[in-house]
Amino acid sequence: MRAIRGVLKALGRGLLDQLRIIGASPLGTVGALIVLMFALVAIFAPVIAPHDPWDMLRGADGRIAMNRPPSDEFLLGTTKMARDVFSQLVWATQTTMIIGLVSGAISILIGANIGLIAGYYGGRIDEILMRFTDIVYGMPFLPFIIVLIALFGRSFWFVILAIVLIIWRSSARVIRAQTLALRHRQFVLAAKARGCSDLRIIYRHIMPNIMPLLLLYTAFNIAWSVIAEAGASFLGFGDPNALTWGGMLYDLWISGRLRTAWWWFAPPAICIVLLVCALVFVSRAYEEVANPRLRQR
Amino acid sequence: MLLEIENLKVHYHTRAGVVRAVDGVSLSIGEHEVFGIAGESGCGKSTLIRALMRLVPRTAKVTADRFTFRGRDLLTMPDRVFRRDMLWNEIALVPQSAMNSLNPVYRVGDQIVEAIRTHSTASRRDAESRVAALFDMVGLQPDLAARYPHQFSGGMRQRAMIAMSLALDPSLVVMDEPTTGLDVLVQERILRRLAELRTRIKSSILLITHDISVIAEMSDRIAIMYAGRLMEQAGTEAIFDEPFHPYSLGLQNAFPSIRALDRSLISIPGSPPNLINAIPGCVFAERCPFVREDCRTARPPDLEIAAGHRVACLRTADIAQIRAAAKEKATWRS
Repeated sequence: MRAIRGVLKALGRGLLDQLRIIGASPLGTVGALIVLMFALVAIFAPVIAPHDPWDMLRGADGRIAMNRPPSDEFLLGTTKMARDVFSQLVWATQTTMIIGLVSGAISILIGANIGLIAGYYGGRIDEILMRFTDIVYGMPFLPFIIVLIALFGRSFWFVILAIVLIIWRSSARVIRAQTLALRHRQFVLAAKARGCSDLRIIYRHIMPNIMPLLLLYTAFNIAWSVIAEAGASFLGFGDPNALTWGGMLYDLWISGRLRTAWWWFAPPAICIVLLVCALVFVSRAYEEVANPRLRQR
Repeated sequence: MLLEIENLKVHYHTRAGVVRAVDGVSLSIGEHEVFGIAGESGCGKSTLIRALMRLVPRTAKVTADRFTFRGRDLLTMPDRVFRRDMLWNEIALVPQSAMNSLNPVYRVGDQIVEAIRTHSTASRRDAESRVAALFDMVGLQPDLAARYPHQFSGGMRQRAMIAMSLALDPSLVVMDEPTTGLDVLVQERILRRLAELRTRIKSSILLITHDISVIAEMSDRIAIMYAGRLMEQAGTEAIFDEPFHPYSLGLQNAFPSIRALDRSLISIPGSPPNLINAIPGCVFAERCPFVREDCRTARPPDLEIAAGHRVACLRTADIAQIRAAAKEKATWRS
């Protein structure tokens, strides 16, 4: 219990430091603000969205509002199924953010633990874990998700599962490398001499030292999850009942109006690019901490 | 006796063969005693204390005829018990390059609090007041406990590590090269602090260094280590005034003496043997100017020359001759 509380406390103290790190870089601040904006939209989606995203809407003239360009009535126009693009976008933000955060968090959890354990123990444990990582490196994302969906059907959770099972690999490798560098440092030996258990050394003494790297990869993983989800959904492997940005683009594609309905195409595309860029900006701020050579002098 | 070691061996099993880093070391440390081990780099000093603290890697095999701490067998004690009962409560370490032994991401005081709370039931507040007392003891301002290691100078970090080692009043404090890497002024300050601490704490100290002057200043008894074995051990006076081992004599020649300033230094020719080859005789035979044929074939036993004075040399009978010859520069020319 005491160890867990210690970890939580260290994390809490760490969080404040993280905000300071992001704030120190202008680009990081911009990125963080954009991410925050998307987060707010996601949280308040029921309040912000003017219509039910699945509703077939009628215009003021009483006719079904199909393929309408943006107007006062429909802020971002409507789809071929007479659904409000703006409302869809808002709800899709929520789903996309959840997928990004959940897969980002779980993948860093897996990647960090595998990296820390492989790097700290070394020897056979390292060999087994890293060869396993190599095997995962050999697995391409799209065929993997196609097989998964062929086996289990299209579902929100399988998209997350597929993303998580693929992206933990890069964080595991990098964190292992960093742990290798730290494990023979004098303070680790000193902690061992003090009678600290292996777990305590890994999570209390080594992990805080790689915190910037860990958060850098968390941001990377979230960005990658958003892209992966958009790609999978656009190709039709997403959950048909979940609204995501990629899913909106998929609906557009099968409606055959890609060339004409710019108001339907642009918003989800811009959102994907904006969120991924913002996450990369945030991770850049971390990278300067993790790799001081990038810092401007 | 606090710590009793008889015929301790630490052998590393490597792909190239067995490295005999520590090969049959016997020594004992009493209560409230400062025991110094001197030896050149790579002679096995650090391996010896790593074996004592259970910090040797898994490739190392530790064996001994006797390895006890206050009568408790350290060889058979389970890891969990050792960690709980012995580490820090009984045996504490001031590690080599103690300056780098503080975790850079935690406040110095918190690290000592951690050490205290891992090994006792003390509350956080009690531990913190203990830290203040410890800081005071080693001459650091108590409010420095809230600083991070990078805000400390080398000497301050060293003193913080010493404070940490004393946190739980251990019976034995092991200091591995406590003054290495510090400039002479800081060294002097640390040594003076240690000398003062000796009178205030009950702990025994096992001091390990290649700096023979540090050992001479601090220790009650001294052991001279070479190539994994103890060449000679005796009280501090005895080892400097009437050494029996040719290696001790050679070392004496190689260090400047404050009593004979005009004496020129003589170094011992050659270099320590490769420990991967089993050496049947005396490990110093290759470099010893007084070597005899049987030195190379039979391992010299630990002879008790006087009470508490043990020498591993076959030629102790000719010591008068050897001491006279050892003063001549020509003797040490290879």
